[in-house]
Amino acid sequence: MADAPLIACRDITKTYVMGEQSLQVLKGVSFEIARGEFIAIMGPSGSGKSTLLNLIGALDTPTSGKLLIDGADIGGMAADDLADLRNRVIGFVFQQFNLLKRTSALENVKLPLLYASGRGGDADTRARKRLEEVGLGDRLDHTPAQLSGGQQQRVAMARALVADPQLILADEPTGALDTETSNEIMKLLTALHRTGLTVVLVTHELEIAEYAERLMRFRDGVLIDDIRQTPRIAA
Amino acid sequence: MKLGDYLGSALVAIRLNPMRSILTTLGIIIGVASVIVMSAIGSGARQQVEQQISALGTNMLTISPGSSRGGGRSGGAGSAPPFAQADMDTLVDRLPEITAATSSLNVNAALIYGNANWTSQVTGTHAEFPDVRDWAVDDGRYFTPEEANGGAKVVVLGSAVVRQLFGSASPVGEQIRVARVPFEVIGVMATRGVTGGWRDQDDVAFIPISTARSRLAGNNLTVPNQIGVILAKVSESADMRAVETDIIDILRDRRRIGGGDQDNFSVRNVAELVSARRAAQQTLTWLLAATAAISLVVGGIGIMNIMLVSVTERTREIGLRMAIGARRRDILAQFLTESVVLCLIGGAIGLAIGVGATWGITRLADMPILINADIVVIAIAASALVGVVFGFVPARKAASLNPIDALRYE
Repeated sequence: MADAPLIACRDITKTYVMGEQSLQVLKGVSFEIARGEFIAIMGPSGSGKSTLLNLIGALDTPTSGKLLIDGADIGGMAADDLADLRNRVIGFVFQQFNLLKRTSALENVKLPLLYASGRGGDADTRARKRLEEVGLGDRLDHTPAQLSGGQQQRVAMARALVADPQLILADEPTGALDTETSNEIMKLLTALHRTGLTVVLVTHELEIAEYAERLMRFRDGVLIDDIRQTPRIAA
Repeated sequence: MKLGDYLGSALVAIRLNPMRSILTTLGIIIGVASVIVMSAIGSGARQQVEQQISALGTNMLTISPGSSRGGGRSGGAGSAPPFAQADMDTLVDRLPEITAATSSLNVNAALIYGNANWTSQVTGTHAEFPDVRDWAVDDGRYFTPEEANGGAKVVVLGSAVVRQLFGSASPVGEQIRVARVPFEVIGVMATRGVTGGWRDQDDVAFIPISTARSRLAGNNLTVPNQIGVILAKVSESADMRAVETDIIDILRDRRRIGGGDQDNFSVRNVAELVSARRAAQQTLTWLLAATAAISLVVGGIGIMNIMLVSVTERTREIGLRMAIGARRRDILAQFLTESVVLCLIGGAIGLAIGVGATWGITRLADMPILINADIVVIAIAASALVGVVFGFVPARKAASLNPIDALRYE
């Protein structure tokens, strides 16, 4: 299992049906993501990159083709099984952080463990440890309103890490942050990647994409470019 | 996810909008509070009726002048002639089932002993009164049949009157004036207490009915040897219905009522009287239950409305929870817990207000009221039920959201 790719897409398509019209957003995409990769996905609006992110995040299932996440075929999986898979394998980081307001950093980070039936362990200790790792060990009781944007995103990253996922999915993680904070967040992602985590990053900023080792470009629902590059922070 | 986690997030959500939460639960608060107060009044009244039954006994017939139609007073009590002593004597003579009978004539009169002065109800009765009413004489004796019919100037006092006129001393053998006429106190009745709630039963003085007729009530009497309502004690083994029919036959004959004419008197069984009052109270209870149900439904609609608003407001939160692994039943349980907690808070506030108001009414209005433990449990359970029923639609709406759309919701 360790040698099998973390994500394997074979000729996947996604078609949205709205009333009488149907729109094919992904038109047959095939690629694999090996464990431990750091990938940036780029593309203009309407290129299908968000749809692809939903699919590899197990938030949605493909219309056709085969999509394996950690060896599991998600096509035709029940909603609750998808939820379990997300909880076990994937950590999400969003552009708008999506933290619960008026809830402490610690409680926010613990949230995924509440849904990890039986795998939660000592949620308090685990959440505390992750917050220390992202440099917020002294802000455990702060609510999002009491934290800066960069700090909020780091709380969100601690939340993504707390259930020991294999894949971090970051959707425009620096979109709401200034350049300096953006670079801090990217350094943190790079550091996480070096611990062996697979990181997939969606961005439309080339500077941000330069942190990754592999760059995939999408246009009109097709993968048009898939190159290896030297990351901005050399290993 | 554990129940504690659901409770925690429910309390966080409720605290986020404390004012809105309170306003939302207003229907529940009012519903529960009114149920508590109304049922307290209802069970107080019921308890009062129970006490009256045990005070009167069930093998008792009340025979009063006036038609029995429409509750016995529609014919106009004044239009029917009152009973005379001979009516009662005939009934007792001819019906062996009647073990004892008594009647009374009531007047209010001033009682004077030395410098002490007290106005009380003076009741003229027969010698059988203590037996019929099952009311013992505590000190001294009651008057004899000879005294009762012979106009003797003797009086038996209720314990409240003794307290007013004599303090703690025994009054037996003393002379008092009843409406300026000197009477000898021959006995004191046992204390009965305030059972009815509106009148102290011990604030009374008993004198022979013949004396009451001649000395006190002279001007108001319309027939010779007039008496009031007749209370007849029937032997336990007798058939009440048959005795009632016999009484009606005898009285119709004595009052010369023709074949097709209505009775101008009524015979009532105390048990019937009580069951009629019970039925009236049952109606009141149903009315109360309906009011409570309506206010709980209205409250429930308020809860549903605000929960739908809450689901919409927190769409992104729901999307996030789903993204990080919440199953549909987790989301459903979270919002159901929230609406149940909201309703239970409303129920608890309503309970507190209801108990407080009940306490206030007891102090201010001197009404017999009683808070039933059952009603408290029912009220709280009903609020929780409202939370489940009216929280279900919003919770299901939350649980059926698509995580992708929910995450993107602005």
